[in-house]
Amino acid sequence: MRFVFKTSYQQDMGLFRDGVQRNWYIALLVALLVLPLLVPSYLIDISLVFIYGLCGISLMVLAGYTGLVSLGHAAFLGIGAYAHVYFTQDLGLPWVISVILAALVTAGAGVLVGLPALRMTGVYLTIATLAFALIIQEVLTHWDKVTGGLKGKPVAKAVIFGISFGGSAAFYFLCLVLLIGGLWLTQNLLRAPTGRAWVAIRDSEIAAQSMGVNLAAYKTIAFAYSAALMGVAGALFAHKVGYLAPDIFTVLLSIQFLLMVVVGGLGSLHGALYGAVFVAMLPVLISGARDSVPGWFGQVFGLFGARAGDVVAGAVDRFVKQPALEPGIFGLILALFILFEPLGIYGRWQKIKLYFSLFPLYKHATFKRQKSYMRSERLR
Amino acid sequence: MAVGCIYGLVALGFVLIYKATELVNFAQGDLLMLGAFCCYMFVVWYHWGYWTALLAAIAIVALFGAVLDWTVLRRVIGQPQFAVVMLTIGLGAMFRSFASITWGSEIYTLPTPFSARSTRIGGVTVSHEYVSIIVGTVVLCAVLYVLFTHTRVGVAMQAASQNQLAAYYMGIPVKRVFSLIWAISAGVATVAGVLLAPVSLIDVNIGFIGLKAFAAAVLGGFGSIPGALAGGVTIGVIELLSGAYLPQGFKDVAAYVVLLLVLAIRPQGMFGAVGRKKV
Repeated sequence: MRFVFKTSYQQDMGLFRDGVQRNWYIALLVALLVLPLLVPSYLIDISLVFIYGLCGISLMVLAGYTGLVSLGHAAFLGIGAYAHVYFTQDLGLPWVISVILAALVTAGAGVLVGLPALRMTGVYLTIATLAFALIIQEVLTHWDKVTGGLKGKPVAKAVIFGISFGGSAAFYFLCLVLLIGGLWLTQNLLRAPTGRAWVAIRDSEIAAQSMGVNLAAYKTIAFAYSAALMGVAGALFAHKVGYLAPDIFTVLLSIQFLLMVVVGGLGSLHGALYGAVFVAMLPVLISGARDSVPGWFGQVFGLFGARAGDVVAGAVDRFVKQPALEPGIFGLILALFILFEPLGIYGRWQKIKLYFSLFPLYKHATFKRQKSYMRSERLR
Repeated sequence: MAVGCIYGLVALGFVLIYKATELVNFAQGDLLMLGAFCCYMFVVWYHWGYWTALLAAIAIVALFGAVLDWTVLRRVIGQPQFAVVMLTIGLGAMFRSFASITWGSEIYTLPTPFSARSTRIGGVTVSHEYVSIIVGTVVLCAVLYVLFTHTRVGVAMQAASQNQLAAYYMGIPVKRVFSLIWAISAGVATVAGVLLAPVSLIDVNIGFIGLKAFAAAVLGGFGSIPGALAGGVTIGVIELLSGAYLPQGFKDVAAYVVLLLVLAIRPQGMFGAVGRKKV
């Protein structure tokens, strides 16, 4: 096990833990920069991962660090996307200004939700954000003048300072730059008093209040910041999908975002990114499995005779071709993670790392959660 | 009014579970859907009588609810509420997926003894379907009221919901009581689903009515059984009025707007208990 001995405050405040960690991140950055040369055809999918990464960071700030679980983040994404498209295409504003304005509009919406949310806790808040998302979806459907209503709205390619970002490689780098910007900003905020106050609120509101944290202010900031990030992600998302329609931004998308932070691991930015990779890749994996799984079953049951193999393969094939299977698989994964690995992929990674660094001395109880018989959240 | 009763019934299911186990069941609407589909299956596929099918559906879904508690949900008691919300959302997605694979994603109608019949009461024509919903709600509430206040089991449930540990010390089998509450809640959801079926057709997404029932439950204060019913009826009436007097599109969001307003002004709902956590 390696300890980092800090000898100056500068070192304690640094963005990275130590030189080794910094070098790893630089290596990752280099890998991402040369990636377009290696896999030119998958760049669009990877840029979706980056956009989801931004969404993940946004929800992680709110749910993972401030402890306010939102089921309405798809609505923020939608507001950001529609605002950006409206500003660039209907008002003809430059791209950069439009994105900033979209982020501000979404942040405003975030404050709007956050203000009533200050008085409620736990489930009430989740339900309130859910209600907000449903209202926004209805607004997007009926406000024809701005949103195009049910017909939807085509989105042009991004053009920044006269340079077109329509190509997949250019769009990839645009998403990458904004993701890194979002990560850097968030990481800095989390190391600053704001972030500390958020974590304090998450762990105990009463204790935070007693220590002089202004609950209302910090909760509102959390909502506004999270929504603003979502707005930027929404602008990119609009370019990614190329055509906006209200039925993209449903509750199911919000649930996917929550799936992202839960599967990745609540309370870590790493987790948000792992979750983004997971959620963006899952449909690809599922469709791959759709093609190959019936064959495997056919081979296994083919041992009992060729006819049995064919019958089973056909049945499995019909089963996996059901379109409704996918949300079910999402639900199953969500349930399994909550039950067996509440810390998510990042938590599992930490455990594995600790196991090897402590090798013969690893204690199973290190990560064991204390079981409480009844912890009432009714009274706060 | 009648739809409001349905909201009230689903909200009742939420409240029962929340009161007893502090879990918020986001899958309640999907239990309703399972119940409606079960009943449909017995009536149309196997040609059972309506009442037999109803009882069978209630029994099956209630059993399913108990098994669900026994196998899955018992593990998350005492964990942050967030975990429970996510878990039940996941379960709900699985149920929907299961229903659409088993019964198909078409839209069905459930034939009932009340279909297409109506009575004139004092100049107003009332169809039997709506009467059946209101009567069903009232009967169910009466049964639940008697169960909770006048039987040993009911008193045990109340005890368990007030303080699990103390109830356990008093010799109440808390785990079994919880399973029972889940069973009752799932049964109530089934009744709501079957009553709703003739009014709004059965399909896989019928469970989204649960979202509006949430509004009802919150309006009533989430921990209060009469509150849930009152909230449900209120939401139903508000929807009706906004559909009649406001521009198109407002009907669907009215419930949520009211919900947000109530939460902003009185976060505990109309009948909720106010209190602060003692440290």
